[in-house]
Amino acid sequence: MLEIDNLSAAYGSFQALFGITLRVDAGEAVGVIGPNGAGKTTLMRVISGLLPGRAGKLAFEGRSLDRVPAYRVVARGIAHVPENRRLFPKLTVEENLRIGAYMPQARKHFAERLGWVYELFPRLAERRNQLAGTMSGGEQQMCAIARALMSKPKLLLLDEPSAGLAPLVVQQVFDLVRKIRSEGFTVLIVEQNVQQLLELIDRAYLLEVGRIKLSGMAAELKANPFVRQAYLGL
Amino acid sequence: MDIYLVEALLNGLLLGGVLALLALGLNLIFGVIDVVWIAYAELVMCGMYVVYWLYGYYHWPLALAAVLAVLGVAFLGLLVHQLIIAPILGSPAINQLLATGGLLFFLQSFATLLFGTDFRNIGLRLPILEIADMSISFARLIAFGVAVLGAGALYVFLSKSFLGTAIRAIGQDREIVGLMGVDQRRIYLVTSAIGGALAGLAACLLVLQYDVHPFIGLSFGPITFMICVLGGLGNMIGGFAAAFIMSEIISIGGFYFSQEIGEVLAFVVFIALIFVRPQGIFGRS
Repeated sequence: MLEIDNLSAAYGSFQALFGITLRVDAGEAVGVIGPNGAGKTTLMRVISGLLPGRAGKLAFEGRSLDRVPAYRVVARGIAHVPENRRLFPKLTVEENLRIGAYMPQARKHFAERLGWVYELFPRLAERRNQLAGTMSGGEQQMCAIARALMSKPKLLLLDEPSAGLAPLVVQQVFDLVRKIRSEGFTVLIVEQNVQQLLELIDRAYLLEVGRIKLSGMAAELKANPFVRQAYLGL
Repeated sequence: MDIYLVEALLNGLLLGGVLALLALGLNLIFGVIDVVWIAYAELVMCGMYVVYWLYGYYHWPLALAAVLAVLGVAFLGLLVHQLIIAPILGSPAINQLLATGGLLFFLQSFATLLFGTDFRNIGLRLPILEIADMSISFARLIAFGVAVLGAGALYVFLSKSFLGTAIRAIGQDREIVGLMGVDQRRIYLVTSAIGGALAGLAACLLVLQYDVHPFIGLSFGPITFMICVLGGLGNMIGGFAAAFIMSEIISIGGFYFSQEIGEVLAFVVFIALIFVRPQGIFGRS
């Protein structure tokens, strides 16, 4: 579904990604793990068009995403839940969801999608008229994921959904992601919380200083001595 | 209570409607695109000339002239964005001020060149209503009604439509709106056209009360900027309220002293309030 081949990216003269090769198949949940500054967020930003790739191939469903601006990438079926949630704080929950359905093809099904999202996340229905910026971190993450689902994506990019949340809330967010998986969405997820992540996904890539160091099935990575020592603290 | 004071208060309220419309347009553009159109009142001047020529000179129907003025100034707003703002979007704010300030002088000089400095009146005499010893100008009453309707329509558009919601969202996070399929350039163009249309609507209402000449913009440009700053730049509801505060000060000052003193008073109150609250009375820190 998503094919990345030998992809490089840079911020000005600072190169952040070096020859990344990665694949996500339809129906899969794939994780990207690695330390701070490894380039995980950069990778997500290149896929969704927020940052142009410098070299290499990036394709979704067989069509190139090279130099496609962000507002067109979402029309292809990729929704990005950005790092730190980035809700519109002075809009209500429902207005945030309305923006999520901004694209012409999503607008037509807005009422139906809204009903579905509220059914999936009843908490958001209770808070529909509350300003998004006044909600708790966990609720904001829920709203950010719901906003992305409003566009009816084929692939969902989740960037650090559990970052900055209390341990109990982290658990709730992982439950949310599990719920979304069970709805049949294909997911590419970046997480610091490696232990929990490996319980949730099919495959994972380990990114270090802009390069893929390891990749494999979740079970293989869990058993890998390096991953166990550096990321699982075992 | 003195009936003439009531009349002054009422006139202040009616004056506030049109000023509120201008403040809405300027605040909308500032809040969304993050630029100040210094030449905003000169766009109003252009709209007033459209009504003057089409209705006052060629005697087209007034409604048609008004619609064409609104559309014409909306198009002018598009051009201002595309030709002047878009190329310098990323540059320092002072350059953007200088560019739209340059447009102000350009439009004034261009109008002088084309039409001379004559004061021109559309030649429509609207009645003065006499209610309980008060004289209320019918032109002002219409202007107030239409301005409030226009502001209401804008409110509904911004709060209920997909496009309006995107327009409000973009100032809160310019990058992330792209992830929802919002094309920033398109939103900026639409916003500029709406800002222009509001100036055009204000022009139709002002030309009922004032003669048009190339420097008419100076009569309400500065007061509009004061209103926007007082209400908190970019804060549309604050600007709307500040318009009525300023117009009442002018009107009540005019009642006790004279029209000129009223305007001086408005400036004094503005300067005093800005000392106390530099972010504007409705602005947040």
